[in-house]
Amino acid sequence: MGTIIELTGVNKIYGTNHVVKDLNLTVEEGEFLTLLGSSGCGKTTTLRMIAGFEEPTTGSIKVEGESIEEKEPFERNVNTVFQTYALFPHKTIFDNIAYGLKMKKVPKAEIKERVLDMMDMVQLTGFENRYPSQLSGGQKQRVAIARALINRPRVLLLDEPLGALDLKLRKQMQLELKRLQKKLNITFIYVTHDQEEALTMSDRIAIMHDGVVDQLASPKDIYEHPATRFVATFIGETNTYDGCVTSMTDGVATVTLENGAVRVKCDDSFNILEYATVSVRPESMRFDTKPHEGFELVAVVKDFIYVGSVLKCIVSLPNGNELKIERLSGQELPEIGSRIYPYWDPMDGVLIHNDSYKIFKALDEIKLA
Amino acid sequence: MKNMSKHDLKSNTIPAVVTVGPVALLLLLLVLAPLILVTVMSLCQTDEFYNVVYRFTLVNYSKLLSPDYIKIYGQSLLIAFITTLICVLIGYPFSYVIARTKSKKRQLFYMLVIIPFWTNSLIRIYGWRTFLGSSGWLNKLLMAMGVAAEPIELLYKTGTTVLGMVYCFIPFMVLPLYTAIEKLDASLLEASSDLGARPVKTLFEVILPLTSSGLFSGCIMVFIPCLGYFFVSNILGGGNTDMIGNLIERQFKSANNWPLGAALSIILIVVTLILVKIYQKLGGDMDSLGV
Repeated sequence: MGTIIELTGVNKIYGTNHVVKDLNLTVEEGEFLTLLGSSGCGKTTTLRMIAGFEEPTTGSIKVEGESIEEKEPFERNVNTVFQTYALFPHKTIFDNIAYGLKMKKVPKAEIKERVLDMMDMVQLTGFENRYPSQLSGGQKQRVAIARALINRPRVLLLDEPLGALDLKLRKQMQLELKRLQKKLNITFIYVTHDQEEALTMSDRIAIMHDGVVDQLASPKDIYEHPATRFVATFIGETNTYDGCVTSMTDGVATVTLENGAVRVKCDDSFNILEYATVSVRPESMRFDTKPHEGFELVAVVKDFIYVGSVLKCIVSLPNGNELKIERLSGQELPEIGSRIYPYWDPMDGVLIHNDSYKIFKALDEIKLA
Repeated sequence: MKNMSKHDLKSNTIPAVVTVGPVALLLLLLVLAPLILVTVMSLCQTDEFYNVVYRFTLVNYSKLLSPDYIKIYGQSLLIAFITTLICVLIGYPFSYVIARTKSKKRQLFYMLVIIPFWTNSLIRIYGWRTFLGSSGWLNKLLMAMGVAAEPIELLYKTGTTVLGMVYCFIPFMVLPLYTAIEKLDASLLEASSDLGARPVKTLFEVILPLTSSGLFSGCIMVFIPCLGYFFVSNILGGGNTDMIGNLIERQFKSANNWPLGAALSIILIVVTLILVKIYQKLGGDMDSLGV
């Protein structure tokens, strides 16, 4: 498996709006890569630049080592599944799916065979003569996917393809898409703002934030080892504590907070007196009625939220910050208003570099001047 | 909620005579009655002073088949056809550009088509006559540039009539086309390109089929009134390019043969109905003709 797509120093600027900032991204052959981010983070623009609908302001895009910035969309060996499906309303399902082959002047008999094969693969057999308006959302989605896949693209680009479907259908289509991708061994670049979708389907996830890729890693790595504060808070629920590393022994750091101190595992990239953020998932949080060794953290129980198999316990720190602690539904609960001492296994927390020191550095510089 | 149901009850009890009555009356007076009048008159005779005599005859219709008239029908259809064709060739690219542009000038371009509407078309056609006449601006310009030694006769030709017709009717082509093209989903064009279609292919496979309703309505709205317009060919064609409209006008105004004029009008109405029927058969939307 080699690199199939390589974006180097890609920028996209609309007027005064810098949408994609100096983006470097490498996509491996045959992988399912998701661009995940909230709306306006530049993920769709990135996809559109690969498809050829937008031109990068600067930077290069290579497919299989060949620069394609100058190529028109119809000259590129990538295909797109659009968010709105973009099926041709005046053509039958057969003609919609056959469109790409017709453009390539594939012989009629072969077109027929391949279209029928493809329709079988996406479970649409029998729908040849219908029109898009006669199909349900999920069926339209399958036509859109079939219409793109039939061209045997090197890379398939998917722009929030499941966004318009209801939850149940979406879950089903997620599995189907993943199955198709594995079966055909085509590289998928998938854009979504749904983190659960990204975690379920992807081999790797690129989390985009404000035009920059914050982290590019496997779903497990992203969830367990978020690289930035943004990634930690964007993926799943988490509790964050901003503080300063005050000691490090045997791979465990003590981080002093404004209202106490906590312990968390750390690696060599941290230094004593560095500003950092501790991130701990609600399911890793524990609490006790007496202080736990190494933790100076006290909180007051505010509320309980029942969410099926687990119960979320909302507690508040003296500075007003709220923490979420998950407990199994059957477990004994503290009383609301009672005082508790949160802690966790230092191995379950993550220490993240924090650039808030820049604030203090800037303040120092002003003072010196 | 109480108020709403009361209101519903009220509106349900208003008799049909009150709601539909006035509209029906208007249609009766303004559409049906004149139509009956014209039909009846087309079947009447005239005395030696061309006064209408209410006695049944089919002589008016048999006169319609005279070779001179048939030549004019052919000429009318030809001029209307050429006018429509030119309107399509100019109107389509123009509408496409203004409907697809993201620039703020879009409104300006749109207004450029609409504004001439605010001046009476008769006056605008006279304007063309002044402009194209032997001592008009165009001839002066051509002579000043040394292109022509003496004034060129630009008026009173079939081409001049077509020019005036195109000028009068191009907004009727542009407006429905603009509406249809504006509705075209940009992602369909992207999808077509994405699937390997070059721009010309996209034009024939996606753009034209999806804007054909606008194109149909535009053609109908240019072709039909074109057949009946008489003053353009009067003023610019100088009687050399008679249309059905001119024939009808002449029967009522100078020849004073109203029954014959009425029969000609009926023919025009029948032709119109046939064209509208074809339009419907081709999948045209009647509402989009009601601009």
